[in-house]
Amino acid sequence: MAEHASRAKSALLFDQVDWDFDALRRTYDAIERVACQDLGLDIYPNQIEIISSEQMLDAYSSIGMPLMYRHWSFGKHFLHHERLYRKGARGLAYEIVINSDPCISYCLEENTMPLQALVMAHAAFGHNHFFKANHLFEQWTDAEGILDYLDYARRYIARCEEQHGADEVEAVLDAAHALMPSGIFRHRRPRQHSLREAEEQRQRRRAAAEQNVYYLWNTIPNRPGHERERDAAMLERKREMRLPEENLLYFLEHYSPILKSWQREILRIVRNVGQYFYPQKQTKVMNEGCACFVHYYILNVLHAEGRLTDGAMLEILHNHTNVLTQPDFDDPRFGGINPYALGFAMMQDIRRICEEPGEEDREWFPDIAGKGDWRNVLKHAWANYRDESFIQQFLSPAVMRRFRMFALSDDAGDPYYTVTGIHDARGYRHLRDVLASNHDISTLEPDIQVVDADLLGDRCLHLRASRREGVPLDSSSREATLRHVERLWGYKVALEEVEPGR
Amino acid sequence: MAHFIDRRLNPKDKSLGNRRRFLKRVRGQVKKAVDEAVRRRGIADVDRGERVSVPTDGIAEPSFRQASEGGRREQVFTGNKTFQAGDKVEKPPRGGAGGAGRRGSPDGEGEDDFLFALSREEFLDLFFDDLELPDLVKRSLKEITRTHPRRAGYSTTGTPSNINVARTMRNAVGRRIGLKRPKDDEARELLHRILLLELISSPTREQREELLALRAERDELMRRRKVIAYIDPLDVRYSYFDQQPEPNANAVMFCLMDVSASMGEREKDLAKRFFVLLHLFLSRRYEKTDIVFIRHTHDASEVDEETFFYSPQTGGTVVSSALVKMKQIIDERYPPSEWNIYAAQASDGENFGGDSPKCATILSQDLMKICQYFAYIEIVEEEEARLINSEASGMELWQAYRQVGEIWPNFARKRVASASDIYPVFRELFARKHAGERHG
Repeated sequence: MAEHASRAKSALLFDQVDWDFDALRRTYDAIERVACQDLGLDIYPNQIEIISSEQMLDAYSSIGMPLMYRHWSFGKHFLHHERLYRKGARGLAYEIVINSDPCISYCLEENTMPLQALVMAHAAFGHNHFFKANHLFEQWTDAEGILDYLDYARRYIARCEEQHGADEVEAVLDAAHALMPSGIFRHRRPRQHSLREAEEQRQRRRAAAEQNVYYLWNTIPNRPGHERERDAAMLERKREMRLPEENLLYFLEHYSPILKSWQREILRIVRNVGQYFYPQKQTKVMNEGCACFVHYYILNVLHAEGRLTDGAMLEILHNHTNVLTQPDFDDPRFGGINPYALGFAMMQDIRRICEEPGEEDREWFPDIAGKGDWRNVLKHAWANYRDESFIQQFLSPAVMRRFRMFALSDDAGDPYYTVTGIHDARGYRHLRDVLASNHDISTLEPDIQVVDADLLGDRCLHLRASRREGVPLDSSSREATLRHVERLWGYKVALEEVEPGR
Repeated sequence: MAHFIDRRLNPKDKSLGNRRRFLKRVRGQVKKAVDEAVRRRGIADVDRGERVSVPTDGIAEPSFRQASEGGRREQVFTGNKTFQAGDKVEKPPRGGAGGAGRRGSPDGEGEDDFLFALSREEFLDLFFDDLELPDLVKRSLKEITRTHPRRAGYSTTGTPSNINVARTMRNAVGRRIGLKRPKDDEARELLHRILLLELISSPTREQREELLALRAERDELMRRRKVIAYIDPLDVRYSYFDQQPEPNANAVMFCLMDVSASMGEREKDLAKRFFVLLHLFLSRRYEKTDIVFIRHTHDASEVDEETFFYSPQTGGTVVSSALVKMKQIIDERYPPSEWNIYAAQASDGENFGGDSPKCATILSQDLMKICQYFAYIEIVEEEEARLINSEASGMELWQAYRQVGEIWPNFARKRVASASDIYPVFRELFARKHAGERHG
């Protein structure tokens, strides 16, 4: 029996370059064994779909989702990606993975078998585990309901297009998309229902409400004597608005004086989609780091067991290194810190600290240094942090030295940049703070709140943007976005930028 | 346990609807680029397709975001070589015209202008779009009047004159081999041996038996040769000819334009559109289409397209000079027996007093006999177009041409006031049946 097992262990999973479903299945099983038994990953059931490059382009352009409502901007992104792809300027992603239950991974048919192994380990186990384990995803997204919800959204918007005309719907979607980043609850998640339940409930409610309203509208007399009552109602409404409110889309959806119910529903859909992706924005480094760490570990184990040929392993490593390249700041390819590289380096480093710490590591990470149990340390980190806090907690001097990090401050008043810290004893903590805040979504996106809606007067909506460190809003997109807000609010919108009192 | 699904056969182009939406959105801009291309390009080059870049602002997706400059910000970079904490690094100079490279947005995805390549058909669609081209006539534009038989394989039916011997014989050989038809040589050999045996006066018994066997063999052989024909009707193949449309011969198109001061940008633009349309029309019918540009004030000259449309010239107006020039060029280079001659004249209708009857005379006596078609378009102000609603009213030139039109069915004249008039007018002038009949 044992002999049989060891023979099965050492048998090659595949020795050809082209993949077939048998090889995929065999390889998947081997990867699963390492992932679940060795690493102890907890995953949603996997659904692995093989798609062609055109389909990959399709998937790209609808923000990676298998179904999406229709909008021209997705077409624009399609053409954009397609052009880059056809020109050879950019390859296609090997995979796209969706935070859903079951977890769907798209694998490109053009991938070679070693790449498919890499992709499965990366997406179907690394990302999958992260989606299921990380608290942000758990708290903010409904993996179970998202596909149903998107299906609903698509059908709803298609129906709106039929009823109200594609142009009308497009105008609302354009405006909603412009506000998508400002349509997120950052601090609380108000709804506990699954998206689908909530949806069914709401639809029933809306149908009933709409019927009543249509009936009532015909009977309301439009006489001036009613104004005072209306004003009182407005005051009441304003109190109900609970200003200030940071979620502009939510505010407009609920309080815009001009939107029709279907328009409000569209805002809600866009808001929900934005909210769904919010955790992904906050966990790029961790999510990719986790997936890279997992595929690297699993495939190395399989190679060591003799189940992957050296050739396959070389191809895997070649792709692995490509993805993890971190160009220097003066390299033309430099585009900021590569989340794959940083995440992977930090996670490898955590393992090193657990297994063979130096003096420095013991000082910096007394809790985990030398504890040996890196699997649980990593799993704990994956579950409980987001990029900003993860970097704050786990970025070690060793990694900073390896990347030769330095921090540069740019003050608009100065004719020069100032190097505020480098990878030396004096600079580590500063670097770590700066890098952490570079990954804090709340410092990257402007802080805009609805502060007042003058319902009694000219109904002007007042927004306030608090500048962080004096950084203003991008002026060109500011005006265009304001016009979108005005379209949704129906009246004038004033946006004031303030420097928080220092 | 994983679920593997092969989606490759699923429909792709899921985003087709999105792309359509996008194209619809940028259509205005693409249209603008097409118009610009029509203006910029030569008449013969118009239908060549175009790369159209769509400026980003039409399709930008704005959002509230932080500016890339201003305020204080701090960022971590990688790959330090020589920096020490406290070092000051000079900012790159900020040239007025965006000399400093724009920093990538935080997401790392900048946007540049989109570039479309329109195919010729798309281009023409957009071109005709403005001209309000009904589908019906788009067909007739592409109509081709003469067909020419062209080889298109073989068929099993046809006229004897079209029998394809080589193919027929090849089929016959194959069939004869397949059915084992005795060859001529075999038959000859057999007969020869029979003959030899028969010549023997007193054959032995063996020889007699052999003779009998050979005779039986011969009978069988002859029977097979009879049954299995040398050429069977089944083998016969006819060359098949397809009637391929063929543009017939050559055409020359004379563009006559009055370029005196009264012909401004608008007038020339309208005229150009008319000429473009005419050229598209002709180049679809004829293998080779020449264009001759004649401009005139009080004096006519043959010029190139550039000069025709863009060079300013002023002077009095003597329309007949252009007609004389045209006649002269025809005599020199375009014998009517070899060329289909078309002419289009654009003018604002002003003419030197007394010259108009002369024009009519030149046309009637010389040109109309050799022209397939002569179209005169008078470019008028939009105001004017509203006032003049009768064919009969008009200036001297118009009146003179009216008489020509009464005599010659292949002479036509129309008034045009705006771009959207061009096509209907063109259609009336050219898509009429008689235009096709005359050379069809």
